[in-house]
Amino acid sequence: MSQAPIKDNEVDIVIGALRSDLSSFFNEWRAYFSRFHLIIVKDPDLKEELKIPDGFSLNVYTKNDIDRIVGSTSISFSGYSCRYFGFLVSKKKYIISIDDDCHPAKDNKGNFVDAVAQHIENLTTPATPFFFNTLYDPYRDGADFVRGYPFSLRNGVNCALSCGLWLNLADLDAPTQALKPSERNNRYVDAVLTVPTAALLPVSGINIAFDREAVGPALFPALRLAEEGKVRWETIEDIWSGMCVKVICDHLGLGVKTGLPYVWRTDRGDAIESLKKEWEGVKLMEEVVPFLQSTMLPVTAATAEDCVVEMAKTVKQQLGSSNPVFGHAADSMLEWVRIWKTMGSRPS
Amino acid sequence: MAATTKLDYAKPPPPLKDELDIVIPTIRNLEFLEMWRPFFEPYHLIIVQDGDPTKTIKVPDGFDYDLYNRNDIKKLLGPRASCISFKDSACRCFGYMVSKKKYIFTIDDDCLVAKDPSGKAINALEQHIKNLLCPSTPFFFNTLYDPFADGADFVRGYPFSLRDGVPTAVSHGLWLNIPDYDAPTQLVKPLERNQRYVDAVLTIPKGTLFPMCGMNLAFDRELIGPAMYFGLMGDGQPIGRYDDMWAGWCIKVICDHLGLGVKTGLPYIWHSKASNPFVNLRKEYKGIFWQEEIIPFFQSVSLPKDCTSVQKCYIELSKQVKEKLSKVDPYFDKLASAMVTWIEAWEEINPPTSASSKLSNGTAK
Repeated sequence: MSQAPIKDNEVDIVIGALRSDLSSFFNEWRAYFSRFHLIIVKDPDLKEELKIPDGFSLNVYTKNDIDRIVGSTSISFSGYSCRYFGFLVSKKKYIISIDDDCHPAKDNKGNFVDAVAQHIENLTTPATPFFFNTLYDPYRDGADFVRGYPFSLRNGVNCALSCGLWLNLADLDAPTQALKPSERNNRYVDAVLTVPTAALLPVSGINIAFDREAVGPALFPALRLAEEGKVRWETIEDIWSGMCVKVICDHLGLGVKTGLPYVWRTDRGDAIESLKKEWEGVKLMEEVVPFLQSTMLPVTAATAEDCVVEMAKTVKQQLGSSNPVFGHAADSMLEWVRIWKTMGSRPS
Repeated sequence: MAATTKLDYAKPPPPLKDELDIVIPTIRNLEFLEMWRPFFEPYHLIIVQDGDPTKTIKVPDGFDYDLYNRNDIKKLLGPRASCISFKDSACRCFGYMVSKKKYIFTIDDDCLVAKDPSGKAINALEQHIKNLLCPSTPFFFNTLYDPFADGADFVRGYPFSLRDGVPTAVSHGLWLNIPDYDAPTQLVKPLERNQRYVDAVLTIPKGTLFPMCGMNLAFDRELIGPAMYFGLMGDGQPIGRYDDMWAGWCIKVICDHLGLGVKTGLPYIWHSKASNPFVNLRKEYKGIFWQEEIIPFFQSVSLPKDCTSVQKCYIELSKQVKEKLSKVDPYFDKLASAMVTWIEAWEEINPPTSASSKLSNGTAK
């Protein structure tokens, strides 16, 4: 059951530039990126000029652009959060976003993986969150629903989020990586699966794609660690945002897929150094998960924006008193919806 | 007996050799065991012979086994034998009941040894044992699948307080070659073969149901055995090919309630025989409609807090089946009664020892 192939002009690829020399990055991804429009957002803290090779259709946004377009705001677009500006200004239905230290991966047969095409396939085939299919994605070639899968659930629901994975340097937290410094992910698991409804997962921002029309406002830079840094071990913003997106998708009856595509992630950073900062994130997760597992959104919250507003209220009420970080996150979520609405009402 | 060498002493014994039974339902022969010999021979087999009890089932030499036919089942259970299906592989659950071991591995007699992508023969039993002996993680999804597998771990954002996991009650394996499709799908795609080796084991999240296939399945009998009843199928029954499905929905609801884990994925076996889709359609036909009511029933089942053992959960479930599903078809009324008969038979064959009566199988959530 596949839908009509999507047009190239329905996709934006958003890259947050945390380093200035992106020549090899773009050359490696050229075969997969060049058909599409790209939005490059430069980390406002990055001083050097960006180096981007020719041959791409793109818009580059720097600190000045961010300040001019968004105006005065409490939201910080520093570091990995810069990509959210790209999500904001995009006018396309689908967004794919990959960290700038990732390369195309090879599958088990030694062929390079077109991560963009796989994300698009994930987003344009239904998700099946209400019942688990033991042969994973039933819409893939050579697979189907298994015996015992209710027929009424075989149409599935729209997939709003596609979470890809990473070979080599997996997205482990700093304590885990520090404990196993030589551990690298070499296992290519040839599966896409829908994460069941009510199941939460840590959504990594490293290799992600989503339906901007369905859930755009629900991806937000809200939960910043006090000492957030320029390596993923020193952030939690994507995990927080991703878990909220899952709660919202469950509420709106949309699907979240995980699995393929893989990207190859470069060895970077020092887990032990990051350990000093990451404990804050690790501690926060202990409070975040039970809270999100029990969050109920009202029936009246019918859009992603409504859901974000409701979640922000609950976050402030229930988590705000335990840690000011959550109070700030709630405020940022509301501010994000305000900015999103302002951008939306501007002529394109 | 061959002379032992120093090397023999150095080899570790097969894992769980005296703690695991292999249960195989059959009506034909057991030649397939030859292929499995290197992996199965150290273990005790329980063969449940379905169909004509006068037929002799030939078991290859060298295997240590007990064989039960219909006459044995009647002798051991008396009138309670009515809960064990006849002329259907659902009869295999009799094997679970009479086993004295902690773990069960069940496999169909048309399931052969598969090869992994490197060409190596897969020891499915060994993988099931690994799955059962390491924890499950039903409360939060790990995007790198089984965090306890070699080379894997919990990902960034996974709460540390949930990293101990919970005991694994069930390990559900998969199949290469002939996939486990229902009859309509088989009719539409008669040539489809599962060729995709997905190198993952994962825990099915709490609150999520799945279609459990009994072809390649292992479980901890002490943790979940009494809930592994494969229902009333086959001769005299209006339905077939829903035995393992029924058990799967029951065990999942009970595992979720008791805080136990269910895994799916590796190991793969090679499923060699495609059953006749027209025969299958006749067996499944009612099930295809009934499952539309059955699934919402299981999705909304709530077990009371005082159901702290599998048996208590199962009896409670049977009451709810009688109350809520009898209106779908009188079959469910019969099935609910059979569920109770099964538990009575289980407790008679497996009287609680003074040690086990003090333990409950888990804590109700």
